[in-house]
Amino acid sequence: MRETWTLTKRELHSYFDSPAAYVVMSVFLLFTGWFFGTTLFLENSASLRSLFDLVPFIFLFFIPAITMGTFAEERRSGTLELLLTMPVKDWQVIVGKLLAVILFLMASVSLTVIYALTIASIGDLDAGATIGGYVGLILLGSACASVGIFASSLTRNQIVSFILGFAIIFALFLLDKVTAFVPSSLAGILQYMGTDFHYRNLLRGVIDSRDVLYYISLTIFACVLTSYSMSRRPE
Amino acid sequence: MIEVDGLVKRYGSERAVDDISFQVQTGEVLGFLGPNGAGKTTTMKVITCYLPPSEGTVWVDGLDVRTHSLDVKRKIGYLPENTPLYQEMTVYDYLTFVAAMRGVDSTQHASRIAEMADVCGLETVLGKRIEALSKGFRQRVGLAQAMIHDPPILILDEPTTGLDPNQIVEIRELIKKIGKEKTVILSTHILSEVQLSCDRVLIIHKGKLVADGTPKDLQESFSSGQQIRFGVQTPPDPVLSVLSGWNGIQIKETVRTGDAETLFTITTERKDDLRPELFRLAVDEGWVLTELGRDQANLEDVFRHLTTD
Ligand SMILES: Nc1ncnc2c1ncn2[C@@H]1O[C@H](COP(=O)(O)OP(=O)(O)OP(=O)(O)O)[C@@H](O)[C@H]1O
Ligand SMILES: [Mg+2]
Repeated sequence: MRETWTLTKRELHSYFDSPAAYVVMSVFLLFTGWFFGTTLFLENSASLRSLFDLVPFIFLFFIPAITMGTFAEERRSGTLELLLTMPVKDWQVIVGKLLAVILFLMASVSLTVIYALTIASIGDLDAGATIGGYVGLILLGSACASVGIFASSLTRNQIVSFILGFAIIFALFLLDKVTAFVPSSLAGILQYMGTDFHYRNLLRGVIDSRDVLYYISLTIFACVLTSYSMSRRPE
Repeated sequence: MIEVDGLVKRYGSERAVDDISFQVQTGEVLGFLGPNGAGKTTTMKVITCYLPPSEGTVWVDGLDVRTHSLDVKRKIGYLPENTPLYQEMTVYDYLTFVAAMRGVDSTQHASRIAEMADVCGLETVLGKRIEALSKGFRQRVGLAQAMIHDPPILILDEPTTGLDPNQIVEIRELIKKIGKEKTVILSTHILSEVQLSCDRVLIIHKGKLVADGTPKDLQESFSSGQQIRFGVQTPPDPVLSVLSGWNGIQIKETVRTGDAETLFTITTERKDDLRPELFRLAVDEGWVLTELGRDQANLEDVFRHLTTD
């Protein structure tokens, strides 16, 4: 466990050592702020709803951008060889990297608390929906991060990793939107497998264990796939 | 002790390592020699538990790399080929990271890093980012990270590439010193390095082991005759006419150096020493002798003999 945390710290260090992390965070804040501002002043509605609707779309690009380097870059530069010849298990390496991405996401998302406080000061904030929204964002973000890391473990090219990660996360996002085109027996399953469906549920302000379980399962499943892809080392 | 038993490593259908077996005793310094693509790096990657063996196995102190990789990894310090490092980290942060990952107690980090800095000559660059270092200094950082947890076994893939001559000598001394108590496997393309720092040499060619022994053993068992340098202050013709009457020798080369001097290179399959006879010949003929020397096959010849088809 100590090794996992050591790895997480190193990853976080390397994000904040480069300007990329600050750029990405600023862009995140700008986007959300712009949307938040326009809805607040133009539509005159005091709600975080527009923010929560928007962030999953930002995640679609934001998360593959953070995760694309996790394994691809280590594979390309050869540092993966040093990492995997240290006395750590593969899963510790995967969890260490995942944890770093999740913490980075949490830091970025927590910047939007400014908006929540703004609304709370001028109108009333629906506490249940807000908490549900933030829980949903963290769970959705973790699952997408795990998928992005899996994409990164498949290649030594960061661009390929980004595109793969984006494609899988987008496909999972779309799953519950295509239910009209499939037989009804499949529709329920597809809907259950889509990431957005569960996010919508959480946004209603009810934290249902089934939705939580779904995200946790997806996160673990992608980690298992990553560990499988890592055990096929060369090539 | 490391035991490699019938090791085969395939990449697709290519057998990069093809049925290699050998043992390394504790405290031995073993050198891997072989042309490019021979399988040296691949063998090291299996011993360090980075790649699983395709067939056969490796035991490190009785532990199988396939089933006890974590325990094996703890015993080993590894410098991979091309010295991969996290470029954006400072040397100090990087060594701290490796020490933590390698299970060095956090109270020991500073003193271990100070010791490695001293041993590898890193004192002046500890605060620099690795990407800003010259190749030789990166190589030193690679060596430092391999030794930071004071492992009983060191596996070094081409440890002296990129180092300046002074540093090469220092690293060689270091390997010799370490080799007294630790097991070291190193690969190199510098043959003299093997002679200077290794107790034993393995020559690998196309994934197969073609020689195993001390540098001296190899020279003796593979030496095919001798080569003599014979220089006299005489034109070549009279000498050639006398020597052509001798049995079992070839004149490989005749070079006129300076005004009156000629230097002959004579090769022979004969095991006895030709030098006394040549000396007497020169005396009898009244030639002024300027050079008389004998070279036995060196490791380079052994290497070429074993690894060219
Ligand atoms: N990742 C890989 N995928 C496919 N083939 C590989 C891979 N790595 C090495 N090989 C092949 O395995 C063989 C042995 O390579 P290896 O790197 O072990 O040689 P080496 O003895 O270390 O050579 P060098 O002296 O050039 O470092 C080569 O033919 C090489 O092409
Ligand atoms: Mg090599």
